Amino acid sequence: MKLVYSLFLICFTSLGIHLYQQKPLKQSIADGEEIYIDFCLQCHMDKGQGVPGNFPPLANSDYLNDIDQSIHAIKYGLKGPIKVNGKPYNSNMISQGLDDEEIADVMNYILRSWGNKSEIIITEQRVASIKK
Amino acid sequence: MKNKINLLLALSALVTMSCDAQENGPKIETPKNIKYTYEIIADSIDIPWGLTFLNEKELLVTDKAGTLFHVEDGVKTEITGLPPVYVRGQGGLLDIAISPDYATTGIIYFTTSSPLGEEKGGHTALYSTQIENKTLVNTKLLYKGDYNTKKGQHWGSRISFDQSGHLYFSIGDRGNRDVNPQDLTRDGGKIYRLNLDGSIPKDNPFVGDPNSRVAIYSYGHRNPQGMVTHPKTGEIWTHEHGPRGGDEINIIQAGKNYGWPIITYGINYSGTTITEQTEKEGLEQPLYYWLPSIAPSGMAFSSSGIYPDWEGDLFVGSLKFEYLERLEIENNKVIKREKVLDSIGRVRNVEQGPDGYLYVGVEGKGILKIIPTS
Repeated sequence: MKLVYSLFLICFTSLGIHLYQQKPLKQSIADGEEIYIDFCLQCHMDKGQGVPGNFPPLANSDYLNDIDQSIHAIKYGLKGPIKVNGKPYNSNMISQGLDDEEIADVMNYILRSWGNKSEIIITEQRVASIKK
Repeated sequence: MKNKINLLLALSALVTMSCDAQENGPKIETPKNIKYTYEIIADSIDIPWGLTFLNEKELLVTDKAGTLFHVEDGVKTEITGLPPVYVRGQGGLLDIAISPDYATTGIIYFTTSSPLGEEKGGHTALYSTQIENKTLVNTKLLYKGDYNTKKGQHWGSRISFDQSGHLYFSIGDRGNRDVNPQDLTRDGGKIYRLNLDGSIPKDNPFVGDPNSRVAIYSYGHRNPQGMVTHPKTGEIWTHEHGPRGGDEINIIQAGKNYGWPIITYGINYSGTTITEQTEKEGLEQPLYYWLPSIAPSGMAFSSSGIYPDWEGDLFVGSLKFEYLERLEIENNKVIKREKVLDSIGRVRNVEQGPDGYLYVGVEGKGILKIIPTS
């Protein structure tokens, strides 16, 4: 009985994930890396270390603790002073013109790169739900 | 023995470090006495990409996000009627320039990232237009690069003119460095030359070559975001973003190959090598290369006599180090480099106005006018 129950649970969860997610996480991360190299790397650098004083780090960055805030910044741009890991930054990040799927991909990549760890899977739907 | 090995290790570490830290001179100087001030003539523009003067009082400024501003007496008014602007990565609304015969025709040229075409993504387009009642009219597409791509990088694009009725503009390699810059059947990584009406000059270098796009004037470029006509020689000078440590100044000559990515003084952003070669027969050497890279944008000569100490000097914006760079040039060799407007912000553009003053586009600030204080 227990076996049937857990099998059911596994099927149900994977179906849920399958329905909700447009593509497997592995693919999303791979696509996200490509987006990162094209649109983010120039300022946030190849190991997510940023540029001290100018561009905040993404590796081990406390800014990423608020995921919706991070999605908002990528989607609509970010202006004005912020604090990351206790240090002030005040550079203007413009919206890169990425679509919701691309933003989900690059978030999935960032959340799992350069020592970052996360269980959270960002979906296109979640990005779509972040309003200006 | 152990000591010897340690010494050897220390020495090789030193050599490696000095290689990495190698700079191309002359070293940038910070002047002690500053003999200028500035005033903001148009404020609050996020990315003032392009700038052109209609006359001594009125100017047009493009904001990369897709807005065209008319500025007069410090008042910004939006000009409507733009064609579709594809805002993506480094792309958006780009350069703008009045025609050499603007006084009689009212014609203005501009470049923009454009989604027109069959493939997904975009490429750089050049338009001509006129302005009536703060709206663009008679807007004509003169050139559209293809093939579109969703890559965000390297659109160029600057516009300039020579003294014999030609327009020049640039398109960057569109993030496809291994194909576009050296392939004359594709757009990107090129400087183009057109007649003022958009037609192809009969003496363009690749006219008659069935395997080439005949608007191409020179190739092997990475991402030229600076272009200016030399006030004395009439030559077209450009600069381009290199990879890390390979920004270049070039004088553009018909049909020449400027080498990207076969030769470069730069390396990948990640620190890996692109090519070991910095020179090769048949490929042009830059007039100057910046190491470290300054991320150059915008380019102007001072030729008005307004700044006696700067007469004939070249000015280039630095996005990376957030100053305007002044370069003294003698016999096509850079002999001095100096910071102007140190720490002002990301300098996107610089132009000499019809009044002879230098006007500087700074991101987040707007347009600054440099005023000498004697």
